[in-house]
This record gives sequence, C-alpha cells and structure tokens, in this order.
Amino acid sequence: MSALKLGLARGGIEVRQALTYWPDLLQALFFSGLSILVLFLMRGHHVPGTTFSLGSLTLPSVIGMNIAVSGVTGVTALLVVDREDGTLLRAKATPGGMTAYVIGKITLTSATILIGLVLAMVVGLLAFPGLVVTAGGLLTLVWVVALGLLATIPLGILLGSLITDPRFIALIILPFSGLTAISGIFYPITHLPGWLQGIGQVFPMYWLGLGVRASLLPDSLRVVELDGSWRLGYVLLALAGWAAVGLLVAPPVLRRVARRESGSAVAARRERAMLRAT
Amino acid sequence: MSDLVAEVRDLRMSYGAREVLGGVGFTVRTGEVVAMLGPNGAGKTTTIEILEGFRMRSAGFVSVLGEDPAHAGERWRARIGVVLQSWRDHAKWRVRELLQHLGGYYARYGTPEIARPWPTDELLDLVGLTAHANARIGNLSGGQRRRLDVAIGIVGHPELLFLDEPTAGFDPAARREFHELVHRLTDTEQTTVLLTTHDLAEAERLADRVIILAGGTIIADGSPDELALRMSGHAEVRWTRDGQRYVHPTDQATKFTRELFAQFGESVEDLEVRRAGLEDTYMALVQEYEQ
Repeated sequence: MSALKLGLARGGIEVRQALTYWPDLLQALFFSGLSILVLFLMRGHHVPGTTFSLGSLTLPSVIGMNIAVSGVTGVTALLVVDREDGTLLRAKATPGGMTAYVIGKITLTSATILIGLVLAMVVGLLAFPGLVVTAGGLLTLVWVVALGLLATIPLGILLGSLITDPRFIALIILPFSGLTAISGIFYPITHLPGWLQGIGQVFPMYWLGLGVRASLLPDSLRVVELDGSWRLGYVLLALAGWAAVGLLVAPPVLRRVARRESGSAVAARRERAMLRAT
Repeated sequence: MSDLVAEVRDLRMSYGAREVLGGVGFTVRTGEVVAMLGPNGAGKTTTIEILEGFRMRSAGFVSVLGEDPAHAGERWRARIGVVLQSWRDHAKWRVRELLQHLGGYYARYGTPEIARPWPTDELLDLVGLTAHANARIGNLSGGQRRRLDVAIGIVGHPELLFLDEPTAGFDPAARREFHELVHRLTDTEQTTVLLTTHDLAEAERLADRVIILAGGTIIADGSPDELALRMSGHAEVRWTRDGQRYVHPTDQATKFTRELFAQFGESVEDLEVRRAGLEDTYMALVQEYEQ
C-alpha cells in the first residue's frame, strides 16, 4: 500500500475511534453544542438596523471560527500528545510511517471539522431563520472550507512541533480567545478601532468567518461587512497565503522534530511528566 | 554479501564537552544474539539508538545491514525491528487493528526470501495475544503490552531486531515465556538480535555473545562462557564434614576436590562446586573499571 492509502486508512480508523468512544465524542461535541445553543437563544434578537436574526448572522461566523480553532489547536494537541506517548516515534520506526502519520492526522482533523460543519449546517437550516443555501453559496463554502483547512492544519502541525510540553496546549487557547474577539465572530469587526481591524484581518479566522457568512447569508447582509462587500477575492488571497506559509514552513520543522525523537527522548519526557504528577 | 549484520568502528558521541561514547567498536554476525550490558550511563542506549538510526553520532564508522543508519532510507527501515522499554502509543487502537495496520507498511518490502508482513493471526498466536485481539491497547496489562510491542517489533519480519531491556518489570513466568519467544525467533527465523539488559541471567540464557560497556567504552566482548572463564579463579567449593560446613574459594576446583577426597574420603558430604558465572565476571570487570 502507498503512504497515501496507509495515511487515509489511519485517519479512517481514528475517525471511527473518535466517533465510537463516547468521552472523545462528548468532548468534541460539547463546545460546538454549547455555542449553537447560545446562538439559538440569540435568534430572537435582530442585527441593529435590520430585521435579520442576530443568532442566524452569528452561526456562519461560529462555523468559520470552529474551522480555524479546530484546524490549528486540534492538530497541535494531537501532535503534542503523540510525541509524549511515543506514537510519533512509532511512526518514525515504521517504513513510510511519518508520511502516513501526517496524512492520517490531516484526515482525522479534516473529517472531524467536516462532520461538525455538516451538523452545524443541518441544525442551522432547521432552527435558524434566514440562512440560505444556494448552489453558488455551496460552491463558495466548499472552496472556503478547503482553503481554510489548508491554511490552518499546517499551522497546527507547526505549533505542535514547537510545543514540547503538553501543559502548554492550554496556553495556545488564550491567544485564540483574543483572536476570536477581534475577528468579527461574535462582535462585528466594523465596530472595532481601525488598528484592531487591521490585526484581525491578518489572521485566517476573520477570513474564514467572512467566507462562511458569504456562503450562507442572504446577499443583502454584506452591508454589515467592511467595505459593504463579502470581499471573496481577499478571502481567497488571505487563506491561500496562510496555506502557502504553513505548507512551506511546517514540513521542515516537523522533520526536524521527528529527527530528534528516540526512545530515550520519549522516556525522558515521561519521567518529567511523572515527576510533575507526584 | 557479508555475514556481518552490524559493524561499528571507533564510534564516538559527545554532548557538548561531555563524552558519552569514546571509541566503541564491535560487530554483529547474522543470526547472532548479542547482549549489551553495563551500568546505567555506560552508553548502551546511545549506542543502540545510533544503530537504530534514531540518533546522530559525533564520529566513527557505523554500518547496519550494509548501510549507514544516519542516512538510510525506508527500505532499510523495513528490515529493522525496534522494541523499546516503554511504548505507550496507540492506546485507543485495538490490538489486531494496530498489528494489521502496521503490517501494511511492510507489504511492499517483501522479498522472495522474506515474506512481509508477518500474518496478523500467526503473530497474535506467537506472542500469546489471540484472546486479546480485540482489546483496546490502553486496557492491556503491562506484560500484555510488552508482548504487543514485541509483536509490532517483528511484524515486518526484521532481519535485525533491537530489544531495549525487554523484560524489565516482568514476573518470572512472563520472562521465561519471553525468552522462549526470542529462541523461537532466532532458531526458526534467523533473526539477528541486539538487546540491552540489566538481567545477567537473561544475558547468559539468551546471548551468543556479551558486550560489556562502561564509561563509554567496551571493557569486554565474548561469549558468556568465555567471559565466565576469565574469572575461573573464582570457583567456590562447599562441603560438610562431621556436621560442619566449609566454603573454599579456589582457581583449581578439580584439583582441590580430588585432594579433599584423598585426605578425608567418605566423611566429605554435600559437595557443591560453583563455578564463577557471568555475574561474577561482570561485577569484577565493572569494579575493576571503576577503580
């Protein structure tokens, strides 16, 4: 079997594990479920100056945010844990193992995100008034999500390669909370001071939110965006740019990290973890 | 083709100013079981990791299966098996699922002489995990987990198998079973094995050859018998006479015993001659080195 097939097989097995092991499933569904519930309670409020439901406006943004957060932190956490317990070393000890390992993680993360996306859309279309699904919108959604995965997963691999201690995983959640606040997810970016708008528009999260809004909201709502436009050309450029950076930087960094893996490196990390535990 | 599976000459390894290996050299021949012994910090793990291709060396010549492990590719990797001390990976996978999956990586490296991978069910049977084939790996006991690690180590039908302290933490029955497994591998499969251990009885049982490392150099290299013979001065003769117990260390046990009987005849009882073993040699050599 080729490394691609083995990687896909790997990802498939791990997706099945994630879906059939209830603690994992609960963890995966908890935050998305919670945020959709909050949005559901917001559906009676209206976007200022319109009759459009605030909950319905925010749902696409939250879908975009989820792609950004899960794309980056999901892979980061997987990689850090796999380094700690020796899964990465096992991949290194197996012929073709590293390539298949990376493909497996990409498959697992993408599948998890896509399952979440489909669930959120089904709930959104059933319970949130005003969302529209058109052929053009779906097409936009497909390339936005695909580029979004390409833009975020390599960043997750990069972060996961750089973080050596599982305790630091929690720390990367913090900048993500800050980023959410300035990416126009729950609070319109147009209401932020210009310099914060600038920072927000550097990162993929804003562009993912905008792209998903462009796919699922009626065209008339673009008036609440910056420039009164969905700016799909910029969405494409920004996400493609991040994808290019990530794909260029992440593989050599991961290779470097993998080169340093050995039995004694894993054992030493384990010993440190035991010391912390006692 | 040479019958050398591994060749190491003047291998050196330093971390900054600290030298861990100071010119190690040895060879491993096809089908041999070589045990590497030595106190903690002697450089065993470093040596093995360099041979496994997991660690870069500072200097020296290393050849494993005809290639330099530092630059060898995936085809070479497929001919090697590695069993480490403490794998905890793939805890969510099931036993058969993981073995079947990992076997897939070796399929393209099979040759007419060596079929790869090892069929999953045969392998499960070989390591005694058939009853646990569908168990979650995270739920296995320590001994079962180690047997799985051995199974993964040999799933690609390796020509050279590295075992790092394979029976640490085993109870005596599990240790014996493991030794029988290694014997089966080396007798029927011609697998060459390089293992590290702290258990000298294990080394004596399993190894064709023993290499003792101390302070980053090899202080002894030979068969367990040869090494034990180095300490032939350390046989011990014990006997009782008239209800009294005697112990006498000697370097000529046969001559001493003959004289004992000549002098006291039938009043010598409970005679016991205990020749120095690997453990005595090991202790003496390491002590000698440390002074």
